[in-house]
Amino acid sequence: MTGELAIKNLHVQIEGKEIIRGLDLYVKQGEIHAIMGPNGSGKSTLALTLMGHPKYQVTQGTISYKGQDLLALSPDERARAGLFLAFQYPFEVSGVPLSRFLLQAVKARAPETKAQSNGRPVRRPLGQFRKLLHEKMEILKVDKSFAGRYLNEGFSGGEKKRVEVLQMLVLQPEIAILDETDSGLDIDSVKIVAQGVNSLRGPEFGALVITHYQRILNYLKPDFVHVMVKGRLVKSGGSELAEELEERGYDWILQEVGAASTESAEEKGADPDERS
Amino acid sequence: MSDHEEHLGERKSQGVAIAEKPQREGFERDYNKYDFRDPEQYAFKAEKGISRELVEKISAMKGEPRWMLEKRLEGLEIFLSKPTPTWGGDLSELNYDEMCYYIKPTGEESRSWDEVPDKIKETFDKLGIPEAERKFLAGAGAQYESEAVYHNLKEEWAKQGVIFMDSDSGLQQYPEVFQKYWGTVIPAADNKFAALNTAFWSGGSFVYIPEGVEVNIPLQAYFRINAENMGQFERTLIIADKGSKVHYLEGCTAPTYSSRSLHSGVIELIVNEGAQMRYTTIQNWSTNMYNLVTQRALVYQDASMEWVDANLGSHLTMKYPSVYLLGKGARGEILSVAYAGAGQHQDTGGKAIHAAPYTTSRITSKSISKDGGRASYRGLVKVVQGATGVKSNVMCDALLLDERSRSDTYPYIEVDEDSATIGHEATVGKVGEDQIFYLMSRGLSESEALSMIVLGFMEPFTRELPMEYAIEFNRLIQLEMSGSVG
Repeated sequence: MTGELAIKNLHVQIEGKEIIRGLDLYVKQGEIHAIMGPNGSGKSTLALTLMGHPKYQVTQGTISYKGQDLLALSPDERARAGLFLAFQYPFEVSGVPLSRFLLQAVKARAPETKAQSNGRPVRRPLGQFRKLLHEKMEILKVDKSFAGRYLNEGFSGGEKKRVEVLQMLVLQPEIAILDETDSGLDIDSVKIVAQGVNSLRGPEFGALVITHYQRILNYLKPDFVHVMVKGRLVKSGGSELAEELEERGYDWILQEVGAASTESAEEKGADPDERS
Repeated sequence: MSDHEEHLGERKSQGVAIAEKPQREGFERDYNKYDFRDPEQYAFKAEKGISRELVEKISAMKGEPRWMLEKRLEGLEIFLSKPTPTWGGDLSELNYDEMCYYIKPTGEESRSWDEVPDKIKETFDKLGIPEAERKFLAGAGAQYESEAVYHNLKEEWAKQGVIFMDSDSGLQQYPEVFQKYWGTVIPAADNKFAALNTAFWSGGSFVYIPEGVEVNIPLQAYFRINAENMGQFERTLIIADKGSKVHYLEGCTAPTYSSRSLHSGVIELIVNEGAQMRYTTIQNWSTNMYNLVTQRALVYQDASMEWVDANLGSHLTMKYPSVYLLGKGARGEILSVAYAGAGQHQDTGGKAIHAAPYTTSRITSKSISKDGGRASYRGLVKVVQGATGVKSNVMCDALLLDERSRSDTYPYIEVDEDSATIGHEATVGKVGEDQIFYLMSRGLSESEALSMIVLGFMEPFTRELPMEYAIEFNRLIQLEMSGSVG
């Protein structure tokens, strides 16, 4: 069965302020969706809400995957259900080597490896994991030495983004959310990251790509492009919509939907999207 | 422990909040988890309480030379004359009259495996401790699968002239060396508990590494099969002669049960010119224990001493491994970690005394407090006049896992030499919601995420352990984080 991430009439608040105001979106395995939109429109809020960040409060609406109510699940349960979020700002965890972290994540997501026999956990061969990790590192041109480095500690912005995608390739989610993974990357890195995402493409893999730039979409060739304004998707289309946005900016859409400029000072302060 | 901190403690306490009473609930709960019947199969068990007759009896029973008896009696007098320290941890509930000061084991298995409570067995299981070691750790059996290995090592060491035996045997077999060094690093008058140890000591290790000999395999105290190994008043003396190299390792990560409520060891180390010594301790006493230990190393010219010290168990630990840098270019390093859970107070740290030019020291302390536990760092860096070109660096990191827990730092710096370079850095951190969320978003449960962050915090310590110890240590922390221990 093809899984579908179904978001219906979603309303989200953070610290009492409504950021997402009635959003509908359906992402199936096998589909690539892109979300674009001006700063402060709620794109990162959507990403973090989908993954279950405790700060974001869903006040209305539903999110489900394969018919399962995601709102009832903790972030780790959502991950095990098949979701993945590539963070816009990945966190650092000192003293934890990347490979050790990923190995534990692989184990956590593959319950069959935890099966008991004679009271002892069955171990997935370590060599197999190493091989997988090195393969994926090659695709993303991440140096092997990163396996032993502490998670995101001392990584440059670009290295962090690549390692987010590396984690995704190793964990092989069913639905991935990429939150501005291309921001701050040089031209070559954008291409490498896109190749990484494309290496997962297939009927089993769906993605929601949040971006400000058309460049990454040239490589990803999304099936759907959505424009998010003030907490709603106001326009959807195919990849030609992204090209049009790159050329014309957002003003024509804002006028079309009758929305005023989003750049009001009052909204800037409270929205996490503004951190970039 | 030492009197040195005694006045420091008083001085500091003016500016510091009064110590909270230990939380009895957690204490009781934790006590029960390791509590099991002691079948009392001993060849000799002293009456409770302290007396001159008892000291004489112990010394006579061991067939000790006259000078040792005199040391013991001197220790007893000093103990009785000194007040119980009021700085550091709360010792007000220690009742010296209620304790038993000497137990001579029969040498036979003191309890059968069946008598060991399931809870302890489960913990061993979760830690993956091999069967043979479990029995030993639980006091049920002294046979080791590794005994053959140990035997070979012993022969190897003997060829090199290395002496590694329990202190009682050391006194009998090497009386001259013993008399020359014993009690010179930590005299009985050093502090009340060193005096108590001097009066009632039994067991511990005696190690001598001859000039130029490098021992590449860690000497492990728990290899040395001896019921008194984990004694109440163990006394260890290690001498590394010129240019030698040794790593001594004691303790284990598995919970160590003892029916006794006071452990007061004295560890004396001598690191001669150009020698390198490392002393690793992992302490995980059951949480009914007062663990009051004095450990100190004298470090001579161009020699180096490293203390690697972990305190996980006990009700109260007061322990400050010290390096006395007495020769030009001597180096000292103290790496100390502490975990304070419910009802626990870990008052630990280190001392570096720079008494010679161009000596360097580094003190790194890491602590974790959880469920109302308290971890204190107490440390001293002292540079005496004339010790030029000294460098010292102190780093304390504390991690608080909840609002009820507590951490404090008492760093003392006494510098009488302008040329000294002294660095001090202290941080207190909490585990961030965002970090936990990040790890959980990859599929780790909340407790897995928490223990991963905590293990990462401890990593600078863990990477210094031999691998099998590091693995056990990590597992133990994971168990503590998931709440499945106790």
